[in-house]
Amino acid sequence: MLKDVTLGQFFPGQTPIHKLDPRTKLVLVIVYIVALFLAKWFVSYAVIAAFLALVIAMSRIRLKVVLKNLKPLLFIIILTALLNLFYGQGEPIAQFWIFKITRSGIQNAIFMVLRISLLVAGTFMLTYTTSPIALTDGLESLLSPLKKLHAPVHELSMMMSIALRFIPTLIEETDKIMSAQKARGADFESGNLISRAKALVPILVPLFISAFRRADELATAMECRCYHGGEGRTKLSELHYQSRDYLAYLSGAALLAVMIVLRQFGL
Amino acid sequence: MTPILEIQKLSHIYSPDTPFEHAALTNVDLTISRGEFVGLIGHTGSGKSTLVQHMNGLLKPTSGRVLFDGRDIWEDPKFTRQIRFRVGLVFQYPEYQLFEETVYADIAFGPKNMGLSKEEIDTRVRRAAGFVGISEAELSKSPFDLSGGQKRRAAIAGVIAMEPDVLILDEPTAGLDPAGRESILKNIRDYQAAQHAAVVMVSHSMEEIASNVDRLIVMEKGTAVMTGAPSEVFSHAAELVSMGLNVPCMTQVLLRLQQLGVNVPAAAYTVEQAADLLEPLLKGGAQTCSRT
Repeated sequence: MLKDVTLGQFFPGQTPIHKLDPRTKLVLVIVYIVALFLAKWFVSYAVIAAFLALVIAMSRIRLKVVLKNLKPLLFIIILTALLNLFYGQGEPIAQFWIFKITRSGIQNAIFMVLRISLLVAGTFMLTYTTSPIALTDGLESLLSPLKKLHAPVHELSMMMSIALRFIPTLIEETDKIMSAQKARGADFESGNLISRAKALVPILVPLFISAFRRADELATAMECRCYHGGEGRTKLSELHYQSRDYLAYLSGAALLAVMIVLRQFGL
Repeated sequence: MTPILEIQKLSHIYSPDTPFEHAALTNVDLTISRGEFVGLIGHTGSGKSTLVQHMNGLLKPTSGRVLFDGRDIWEDPKFTRQIRFRVGLVFQYPEYQLFEETVYADIAFGPKNMGLSKEEIDTRVRRAAGFVGISEAELSKSPFDLSGGQKRRAAIAGVIAMEPDVLILDEPTAGLDPAGRESILKNIRDYQAAQHAAVVMVSHSMEEIASNVDRLIVMEKGTAVMTGAPSEVFSHAAELVSMGLNVPCMTQVLLRLQQLGVNVPAAAYTVEQAADLLEPLLKGGAQTCSRT
């Protein structure tokens, strides 16, 4: 069922990771990605993996959930692994026809798999532990200096939070419409590509209509509450850094430092 | 009465193995007989909608069985698909599923999926439209040009056109005005009588349930806690109230009279029945003097 799609899903919780300020988490994710791309050799990948493992353990997100979400990417991961495997430089270990496998090819393939998996799993931790509202609040606050340049930061973050807010609603709606059409014998699973595409019409038409209806209702509801854009708007919950946030920044800086040092030694 | 749908030890768990794991149904046993009108009531979240989606094979039981005519509906995938046509399910707010260019084409969607001939589809569409009171002129209109009530009728006709043996409706009258409610209920009763079909209706209106159904099933926390004729079920008023449900207004009046010391049974749920019960008391005149 569509409900089982956990991409970008938030798992509520009360762990230290959940309680971190969204700004901290956003910055840390960027630091994490930079650190990941600094990694050159197994030692540094191990450090990154250990860091991620620590975060996963602290957030009490089940490893099974994390792995399940890597599954849709399996194809890309395998594809990049294969490409890297055959594009190595140096002495070939095995050779057939135009393909040759070299030591560096195998290494690169392993590193690419590690890099993609760690990248995706790491960024997922952000959405797993941060509610969409907190995430957009954090983003708005981080980007607020751009307001000076007349960038529509508030509008963008409002659009983003509305979009995020409606993803589950629309998924639920799609589920409901699918069930209703299935109850009338609609068949989405069999037939060739064209008949499958045609089978989507009974879902898409009602879905679009309901999305427009919702958008309209939301606009009215916002106007009823005197929404007039970001100018002079105050927040219900202001973001404040706690001591745990400084600790998190510190560990992020430490990670980055360790990675730079390891890189210097080619590890 | 011969059973048509049997539900045995049915349990359903949503999103198993995730933090959102949640048991919607636990060990439900019930039987629907041919031609019977069954009401399904329960607090929001009691599992009614989950239960009805098992009846036509939209949801697969986590454990337990659903039998149609004595045959497990999950026995083979072809049979599961056939069940969708034999057990028609009208969802809540069914008007949100309309998608075709004309009302006619929308009603024909189900029969077309059944693989019927053009003539047969045509007769069924017209018959279904007749049941729900959609006129010839409306059949060629776009469903989106109809009024709210007519849209609802068109959507119900879309299911009725498959001429199912069991018709399930999830709150068919929600959000309609009183006249619209009564006329849709009449349409459903007409269909039931004409096809000798079983009807299962989910509703939050106790009056609606009381005056239409032969039998009533009460759901609470994913189990069927009570079943019986409306008069029987509504005599357990206190229990129903503790489940966040209620009893029809007339039953409430009689219960209040009982509390005030009037000796009258609370086994009535329409004005007529209450009048019948109260008439002898008023003629006797004995208990009415307490005011003076």
